[in-house]
Amino acid sequence: MAKITFDGVEVEVPDGTTILNAARKIGGGIVPPAMCYYTPLKGSGGKCRACLVRVAAGSAKDPRPMPKLVASCVTPVQDGMVVENTTSQQVLDVRKGIVEMLLINHPLDCPVCDQAGECDLQNFAFEHGVATTRYEEERRTFEKIDIGPYIQLHMTRCILCYRCVYTADQLTDKRVHGVLGRGDAAEIGTYIENVIDNEFSGNVIDVCPVGALTDKTFRFKQRVWFTKPVNAHRNCEHEKCSGRVVLWYKGKDVLRVTARKDEYGEVKEWICNTCRFEKKETADWTIEGPAHVDRTSVISANHYELPVVNPQVIADLPESSVRDLENNPPLKLGAGRQ
Amino acid sequence: MESTTATVKPQFSQAAQAEIARLFTHYPAERRKSALLPLLHIAQAEFGGWVSPEVQDLVAETIGILPIEVYEVSSFYTMFNLKPVGKHVLEICRTGPCMLRGSDELTANLERITGAKVGGTSPDGLFTLKEVECLAACGTAPIVQVREKYYEQLDTQEAVDAMLNELRNLVHRPLLPWEETGLQHTQQ
Amino acid sequence: MGRKLLTEHINVPGIDTFEVYRKHGGYRSVEKALKTMTPDEVVEEVKKSGLRGRGGAGFPTGMKWSFLAKPEGIPRHLVCNADESEPGTFKDRELMSKLPHLLVEGMITSSYALGANTSYIYIRGELLYVLRILEKAIAEAYANGFLGKNILGSGYDLDLHVHPGGGAYICGEETALLESLEGKRGNPRNKPPFPAVQGLYARPTVVNNVESIAAVVPIINDGGEEYAKIGVGRSTGTKLISACGHVKNPGIYEIELGVPVEEFIYSDEYCGGIWKGRDLKAVVAGGSSVPILPKDLILKTAAGENRLMTYESLSDGGFVTGTMLGSGGFIAMDETTCIVRNTWNFSRFYHHESCGQCSPCREGTGWLEKVLHRLEHGHGHMHDIDLLVSVAKQIEGNTICPLGEAAAWPVAAAVRHFRHEFEWHVTHAKQAAQPGAVYPAQGVLA
Repeated sequence: MAKITFDGVEVEVPDGTTILNAARKIGGGIVPPAMCYYTPLKGSGGKCRACLVRVAAGSAKDPRPMPKLVASCVTPVQDGMVVENTTSQQVLDVRKGIVEMLLINHPLDCPVCDQAGECDLQNFAFEHGVATTRYEEERRTFEKIDIGPYIQLHMTRCILCYRCVYTADQLTDKRVHGVLGRGDAAEIGTYIENVIDNEFSGNVIDVCPVGALTDKTFRFKQRVWFTKPVNAHRNCEHEKCSGRVVLWYKGKDVLRVTARKDEYGEVKEWICNTCRFEKKETADWTIEGPAHVDRTSVISANHYELPVVNPQVIADLPESSVRDLENNPPLKLGAGRQ
Repeated sequence: MESTTATVKPQFSQAAQAEIARLFTHYPAERRKSALLPLLHIAQAEFGGWVSPEVQDLVAETIGILPIEVYEVSSFYTMFNLKPVGKHVLEICRTGPCMLRGSDELTANLERITGAKVGGTSPDGLFTLKEVECLAACGTAPIVQVREKYYEQLDTQEAVDAMLNELRNLVHRPLLPWEETGLQHTQQ
Repeated sequence: MGRKLLTEHINVPGIDTFEVYRKHGGYRSVEKALKTMTPDEVVEEVKKSGLRGRGGAGFPTGMKWSFLAKPEGIPRHLVCNADESEPGTFKDRELMSKLPHLLVEGMITSSYALGANTSYIYIRGELLYVLRILEKAIAEAYANGFLGKNILGSGYDLDLHVHPGGGAYICGEETALLESLEGKRGNPRNKPPFPAVQGLYARPTVVNNVESIAAVVPIINDGGEEYAKIGVGRSTGTKLISACGHVKNPGIYEIELGVPVEEFIYSDEYCGGIWKGRDLKAVVAGGSSVPILPKDLILKTAAGENRLMTYESLSDGGFVTGTMLGSGGFIAMDETTCIVRNTWNFSRFYHHESCGQCSPCREGTGWLEKVLHRLEHGHGHMHDIDLLVSVAKQIEGNTICPLGEAAAWPVAAAVRHFRHEFEWHVTHAKQAAQPGAVYPAQGVLA
């Protein structure tokens, strides 16, 4: 076990744990953002640099600070390590720079992007970036391509996190897409317009942090914040498929099916394409109840879930405060980002 | 991608196959993917100076890896031409030290003489011009690489003409070591 | 005239053959090491020599060797970094093509020290013709019992192979090189784990530059202490400097560390001064990624002392007034050189060579290049100059590998020392955009 201090909070984690996962154990607003790291995907992380933190003391044995900021998602803890994230102005400034870098070649087409409302880049930019850009040059663009009947690749939006490549590597034995080219000309591709034809290919949509890989069956159907997520399951015949999903309703219609994500946006149980694309009737599923959506997420604008702080149980609250709480619910302590 | 050899499946020559067998002995058996870059070089030499998707598939099959693993690599490294090229690819260094010694003028000169633009091929199909980054020959700048040969100190018209004439007079590309020795050249 | 530990016999006819090389004292270090020394003694000797990595970073080689993990039953590897691609650097190409056996000898002695039984020379793909030369030398070494099983009856086995890259500067970064050697894209790895623990095929691995490996030969032959007597302070031994750009006599020079920069530039023994009788304007002393210095600061430190060709003297003053010895790629620029154009050229290089894996480098290198392109071509604004510094700062230190710094430093240094020239490109945009236009020297400016 190793004991570390993260933004002044002590936490004990098993040896080999990364700084990021130690921070997630603490939870709340001090957890560094992560755009490329994805716990279930071996080899992911280290690329986007969103999670850079300052190591003020390397370990109890060698308490010198590390010379550069480190990627918390791939750097293992050492006993006695002292880490600064939100308490370091340097980290916050660098993070602002990372947002800028990720956005200079991004089309900023959120108004027409299906990912808007549940986009990691949108949230990251909103929380850590600045409202203006210093970039005057032409942005990199690519043609949209269909990879198979269900998935559209909009490379212009891609931040090259490699998550979809690791997903294909991990879930399928015949990966056909990968990162081609290099530098800022690198792109996710199949090289010879191969179709990603695999029963688990749909999972690349869920792991994509931006709107680069989207569900064609949901395309332009609805803004996500007008839909209502409901947990459901079915007995799926595919061995690797969990059958545990979220159904996204508009009225009585299931507009899309996704895997379930945790508070850090990570899918822990994969689902197959049949469950995702072909089971869009309520009758196909056993309904469990409303899916939890983080209160800070735009999706919870629907108020379909009971507020975490329930004004009814606070007896003496004046009427005006109750109204105020209902309209502006307090942030739930310990919640991550959606 | 268009291919010029769409109908016939490409095959390595016998000499190349022997060389490939020798290369495989350099790496642990379960790490044969290590031979990917050497094999791409052989493939490019064997199949007309570029690697078509079919040729890349052949490389994948020879090693026993997925085609995408080859595409990812061939598109990362600049030496592999992914489109058909002329008979000779002139790789002109454009980086600082060569620029200081006239690589911009050399490029303009080669464009004028060959009638090819950088990135393109001359009308007679002889020369493809390609700008590349530092070739580690800054002391004899400006320079051009053609296949395995460096043409250095191309700062005079005579030197440029000598290079182009030498290339024009080449009927075949120079033989590679394993082609010269044929099948006798096996591992030590 | 300084001592030549590596290149003494470089011009001997036939020195690329085993026979001639052997006649000139070749392979003595292998005999000495394998017959009279334990591997640890070889490492100790290299430590004593004070040899610092000749690829650019200058990390002590002996110390690097001592970090190598040695778990039971897991093979370890020595990989020679012959991916010489840093603009301005061409020493390894020269050394390998003319003295292939020196590298082979160094690889055998070094592999023995590290307990490696399979070693690789990773050479940049463009140097396929040098790969052929090395393969021939290796075949000769096998034939003469210096490679293969039971070398010289010592019981030590070593196989040595040459592996070509495919055209990627980034593969000079050691973990990118290992990825490439494994047949993958040259994406640098996250560290830790370091190669000394998990390198090639996840086995403990040491990666050393060609010149570092070659230097092991004289170190073992003459002893580490002898080697350490050459040079100044922590800059011991000799170093190959590849001089290029606007010097009169470009080429590689083996210098004893400590030669004054002024002597190196102007003495006929070395560069012979600046070509065409022109004046020196600036120097990039250690390969394109180190900070550029104007003439006065490369010849003398800010304190007015003579600048020497040593790691310490060149970095005197930090990045405010100093630079780095780096790889020894010494690029001189005469008074007609446009610094903005040159900076743009270097930025284009780093943009072209960024692997694209991490966001600050992937996006930032392109941004720098585009802004510099605008400035050079007469479309710049005054605020672009500070923007360059800011973007460079956003890249530096925040990337997976040092290419970020390599891309940021030249830009930051050019603005630091030649800001007036960047400003002139804005105020005299039309004039500056003319081909061959050069910022007029002070006093000439009307």
